[in-house]
Amino acid sequence: MKILKIFIILFLTLSFSQSKSDDKNDEIKSKILKNIRCLICQGQSVYDSESEFALSIKLIVDKKINVGLNEEQIYEFLREKYGDWIIYDPKLNKNTYILWLLPLLLFLFGGAIIYKNLIIKKIKFKDKK
Amino acid sequence: MKNKFNLFIIITFLCFCFAILYKGLNNSNIYSPKFNNLKNIPIFKAKDFNSNLFVDSKKIFEEDKFYIVNIWASWCVPCREEHSLLMELSKNKSVKLIGLNYRDNLDNAKKFINEFGNPYAQNLIDNEGSLSIEFGAYGVPETFVINKEKKIVKKFIGPINEEAAEEIKLIIK
Repeated sequence: MKILKIFIILFLTLSFSQSKSDDKNDEIKSKILKNIRCLICQGQSVYDSESEFALSIKLIVDKKINVGLNEEQIYEFLREKYGDWIIYDPKLNKNTYILWLLPLLLFLFGGAIIYKNLIIKKIKFKDKK
Repeated sequence: MKNKFNLFIIITFLCFCFAILYKGLNNSNIYSPKFNNLKNIPIFKAKDFNSNLFVDSKKIFEEDKFYIVNIWASWCVPCREEHSLLMELSKNKSVKLIGLNYRDNLDNAKKFINEFGNPYAQNLIDNEGSLSIEFGAYGVPETFVINKEKKIVKKFIGPINEEAAEEIKLIIK
């Protein structure tokens, strides 16, 4: 009876940890698939698409996760095959630095205009007083 | 003076937008992956179309020849268009054609080969499409030219036409 109890506890623990790791893998998989562009679709991620290309990518991502590759290694594999365009979140390199720096520059430029206007208004307001 | 400066900024900005949009009009909206020359061929194991046995990529590409890897499927209409050109290329003794049957029904694929002829020295099954992804393909048909150093030297997206066939002939000369 004691042995049976131990077996049941062991079985439950193992199945619980198994389902937990499956959940984790599914989470990583969907995160990766949402970040991969479907190259033959118009504005869809691989996660959203049911095209032949997307289905193949889904399978290969699944395989790579099972082999033990991490998120970055999978992106690197796809980048090597299809270039930076396949990833929605591109790496900072000589081809993408404008993409990364432009919003920051626009933010600073916009901020400077707002700041300048506010200061001028404040000064004018003080002068009027 | 300030108004003139603002007007100048606005006009410059509009011209810039116009130039970008005008340039974009002429671009194709179908994205084709950038192909970097001289990529190594992937290492893989795949099922043979006829024997259904697993074959190693090293064994497939072991000969000192040029190879053409063609991704095809019986359901793919453009594959029918290019088939006669592949048949013609297969007559060239300095090249070996390898077929990759992409996400297809085996019976339909066999009917296709019986009907249109078999240009392939070896045909492989790629049921999941993962092998094609390893090659960097994104659809069917797609053709890769592999040199004697086993590097991919040219990739043709879509069906090959007369012009592409001539280009292949020049490469494998």
